[in-house]
Order: sequence, then C-alpha cells, then structure tokens
Amino acid sequence: MTAMLELDAVSRQFIRKLDSIEKLARKLGANLSESCVNAVDGASFSVARGEVVGLVGESGCGKSTLGRMVAGLLPVTGGKIRFEGVDVTDAATPAAKSARLRIQMIFQDPMSSLNPRMRVEDIVGEAAVYHGLTSRREMPDYVAATLEKVGLDPAYAQRFPHQFSGGQRQRIGIARALAVKPEFLICDESIAALDVSIQAQVINLFQDLRRDLDLTYLFISHDLGVIEHIADRVVVMYLGRIVEIGTTEALFDAPRHPYTQALIDQIPRLDGGRQSFRTIKGEIPSPLNPPPGCHFHPRCPFAGPRCQREVPVLRHEGTRAIACHLEDGGTE
Amino acid sequence: MSVLEVRNLQTHFFTDAGVVKAVDGVDFTLDEGEVLGLVGESGSGKSVTGFSILRLVDAPGRVVGGQILFRGQDLAQLSEPEMRRMRGNRIAMIFQDPMMTLNPVLRIDTQMIEAVRAHERVSAKAARDRAISALAKVGIPSPAERLEAYPHQFSGGMRQRVAIAISLLNGPDLIVADEPTTALDVTIQSQILAEVQGLAKETGTSMIWITHDLAVVAGLADRVAVMYAGRIVETGATDQVLTQPGHPYSIGLLGSIPGHGHRGQRLAQIPGMAPNMARLPEGCAFAPRCFRAQDQCRQNAPQITEPAPGQHLRCHFPVLEREALS
Repeated sequence: MTAMLELDAVSRQFIRKLDSIEKLARKLGANLSESCVNAVDGASFSVARGEVVGLVGESGCGKSTLGRMVAGLLPVTGGKIRFEGVDVTDAATPAAKSARLRIQMIFQDPMSSLNPRMRVEDIVGEAAVYHGLTSRREMPDYVAATLEKVGLDPAYAQRFPHQFSGGQRQRIGIARALAVKPEFLICDESIAALDVSIQAQVINLFQDLRRDLDLTYLFISHDLGVIEHIADRVVVMYLGRIVEIGTTEALFDAPRHPYTQALIDQIPRLDGGRQSFRTIKGEIPSPLNPPPGCHFHPRCPFAGPRCQREVPVLRHEGTRAIACHLEDGGTE
Repeated sequence: MSVLEVRNLQTHFFTDAGVVKAVDGVDFTLDEGEVLGLVGESGSGKSVTGFSILRLVDAPGRVVGGQILFRGQDLAQLSEPEMRRMRGNRIAMIFQDPMMTLNPVLRIDTQMIEAVRAHERVSAKAARDRAISALAKVGIPSPAERLEAYPHQFSGGMRQRVAIAISLLNGPDLIVADEPTTALDVTIQSQILAEVQGLAKETGTSMIWITHDLAVVAGLADRVAVMYAGRIVETGATDQVLTQPGHPYSIGLLGSIPGHGHRGQRLAQIPGMAPNMARLPEGCAFAPRCFRAQDQCRQNAPQITEPAPGQHLRCHFPVLEREALS
C-alpha cells in the first residue's frame, strides 16, 4: 500500500504577539513574554488510498488544527505534508493548489460554513464552475446530480440554507465538497451537532459515498463510538502529540497507551448494564503550559520519574505505534 | 412512595406560526431515590418537560394543563412566591451550560452562601461551611480556597461541578439535570457521572436525567422514558428498554447508535426527519417514519398500554417479545 497522504513531523505553533502596551511594559522591566501554544507537535502518520483514518482526542488536542493543515487552510510551522508523493507543504505552490482541490473538508457547523445569502445551487456549483468541471450553462444539471448523490431533492436547489434542517444542511456541505470531485475528504466533527437518528443517516451516507466514489477519509471526531464504527485505523492525540496509532480492531480491543485505555474504558456503553463509571484523575492541562516530559504523566496511573523528564517517542511496530515509556524500557 | 407524579402535563408555545405543543400529555412518576433517564432528540420536548416541572418556561410558552404533584402538592397551582421557596431548596436544576447557573461577576462563595441563606436562616459562617462541604462532595480539590474564585477561573468540567454542588446545597428531594455532561469531554464526563452516581446513592435524592445520549442513561438510570414529538412513547426499566424496546422509535434510536458489534456495517437508520412541531401529522406523530405504520396509525393517536408490568408504550403495533425484526 502506498500512502496517499503522508505527514512528516508536522507542527503548528500559535504565538500571541505582545501588543504595544505590553512591549512598553517589558521595556520598563515587566516580566512579559510572548505566549506560545504547540497546537500540533511533530505529528507523523500516513493515510493509504481508500482508507478511513479516524483522528480522536479531547478538546484542545490539536485534531482540528491538524485537519486544517492537511486541507491547506492553515500553514504549517514545521514538518512536511506530502500528497501522492508530492510535497504540498507550501500552500502557494502549484502542486499544493492542485492537491487542495482533490482534498476537501466538511465542517462541523453547516450554518457557519454555508453562506446564508447564497442559494444551494450557487453554494454547490460555484467552485465546480470556477475550476472548469462544468460550464455555467450546465451547472444546474451538474448541481442536481450532486444533490442526488447526497440524498437531497434537486428541487431544493433554489432554496437558501436556513430553509433546511440540520441534517439536510450537513448534506449541502457534503455536496459542496463533492462538487469538485475530490479524492480525499476531511470530516472535522461533521456529525457531532446532529441528532442520533440523523447522525446515523449521515454516517451511512459517508459509507455509501466511500464505496461509490472511491473516497479516502480523514475522520476527525471526539466520539469514539463513531470512530470505531467508521474507521479502518485510528490515530489518538493528546495535547498536540500522537500517543497511539493502530487498526481499529487492535486499538479498541487492546489499547496500549494508558490514555487510550482510559478513553476507551470511559465511553458510556449501551451493553454495559448499570456500570460504575471509572475515571482517570485530573483535568486536561492547559496547552499554554503543558506538563514537561510526557504530557499525560500527571493523570497517568503508571507514571514514573522518567515520564516527567523525557518526552516519549512514537515507536512503530508494524501497524501499531505507541508513544509511552512503559513500552520502551520502563518509567524509572 | 413517589416523590413526583406528573399527570397529563401540557406545555404549549403560542407562536406566530401557530401553537406548538412542545409537551402534550406527559405522564410519569418518580420514586424516592430513583434516577429516571428522559431521552429524546432535539425538539422532542424533554427539556421543556424539565423546565415545566420547575415552572421555568418563558413566554410564549405556558403550562396549559395537567398536574405536577411533588410529594402530593400540585406545583402547577402554587403561587410564584411559594414556587420560589421550592426552587433551589426542595427541587434543584442543573443546566447544560453551567454559566446559566453561575453569575460571572460574583465569586463562588457569594453565590453559594446566598443560595443557602435564601432558604434558611443560618449564619454566614454556617452557610460557608455547607458550601465547602458541598464542593468537597463533588470532588473539587481544596474547596475552601476555590470558594474565593470567580466562575471564569474554573475549567468547563469544574464549573459543572460547582453547579452540581449548588444544586446539592439545600439537600433537595429532586434534582432535574438537563444534559449536564453533553458539552464536556469524555474523560471529564465520566468523572462527573461517577460523582453523580455516588451522590445519588449516598443522599437518596431522586433525579430526572435529561439527555439525548442513551449510553449515558444506560449506566446511570433505573428507568428510562423515551420522548418523541412532545409525548413519552415508551417507559420501562433501563435494561428492558435498552435490550427489548417495544416502540418502533426506540428500536430505531438504538439501531442508530454506532459502536460495538456492528463495526463497518450500515446503521439501522430511521428514515425522514423529526416532524415540524407546529404542524404535527394526524394520528401517531411517528407514523410517517415508522416501519410498522398502518392506516390506523395515520388516523388515531395511540393510547398508553402496559403490555408487561412496568413497560408503558404508546403504539398501536408495538414490537412485543422478540419477533423476527428484519
């Protein structure tokens, strides 16, 4: 299997610059420095053609930032992104521009990602006309065909986004992404805002589209149940770093990183009967000031002195990868 | 002895688009120390039911009918001052967004002491001690110092703990919790659920846990009530509803949940979408989406039946026993 998408130590820092008053205060001796968040810190993994890779983590773990970098919406501050073997890290290059057309993103909230003053026909058709996939004259038919693919009645093409329900709006967002014939879809919490019964419809739609159009997905979600259902492989992130990668079966049946274990242990399950909720202690630390060494060590039941000193490296064994000192010579 | 008995509760919203029957004839009872999970999708009326119990429904909404018997006393008939003595004292509510409970410009101690002294003549010192012990109960470390913080100094999970601590201050008989863990991360959600589970056992407080997440209810509730379009369509013991649901809507809802067991397969989705509450169909509101609907369903609204003890269904053609569902 050759990788369709490869990330090589991709990083993203957000720096808050000091404003003029703070700069002045610093000149006068105040102890102020620029604050910096490593939203994504050296993430490396690959996605093969036709695969669905799930990216999970809790808020602030950098999963959305990573998705935006892959989509070319956010420049990287370190590392390389390759699409079909071509370096697309620098968004201004022609290679990156053509890759960006083949990589499309579907957002969480369709109400804020669809222009409320445009009709569905223009929302879906605009990019396809611009990129020469259809002509302005043939656009209505092209849009109608795209709407049918996502299960919307083409008769709705003249309506505005607010005239639709949440699930239908998400379908418009999917139609817009599909209109430019992408090969790779990034779904960033695309079903998180939907009701359970509508969520099931959209998950089924994603799976039908994958089969019919030969799509590859990077599926970003905080919902482990959804990821378990839809993904072939899973990447788990915690505070900007990848802590574990594995095939869905292997990862859910036998999680090896203590954080993955805690996450999977704590999904409320239907079949568990009346359970006692087990917990890991503590809160998610602020990414502004993450703990040294392994970011997870203050909450980890197995942490030792080494975890406070040394950042664990992501070690690969076949399809599995784990970043934990427990797997690499102990925590002493 | 039941703590709460809701009979034929009707809460309607009088909008320009017509009368929206957000809650239309809801009946249930809640026993001492019992946790009832009230489950439904958005617009099903689950939150409005919770708000109606505390009489917190704002215009254009109004409770237009039914009884809310709390220890035999009808809350719907109380005057506003009498109701104020109930809220936060005998009946408390936890909201989805803790910032709805907390005043952003007041310190936690000010708010908690006020909540105690609003209902009881105690010294500020005694009220403060009670606040400290409530914060400790919900798992907030060094509660005495944290009392002096403002709400914005807490993380989302901690804020929700403070809101839960406030609801516990006066030792209420009933807590109505409206999606309190929905906005939280998985690890924080399970911490809060563990605290709540422990507290419910320890204090014997009855609870109504309103959620869209059946999996949360699976671990927490004794009984489950499933709402659709303003009505409870199924009630039963949690195990029974989750393993042998009788109403086609409950069956569809359970089939829609991704997770263990059917990895990669198609989910058993419910076709169509939730009905417009201002223009509900004749007969059973679920009929247009139902795989078992027949002419009768489109004409007459079904009445509540009790096919097995403790199992209440509002359906003409419920799935009883384990028929072959294809």
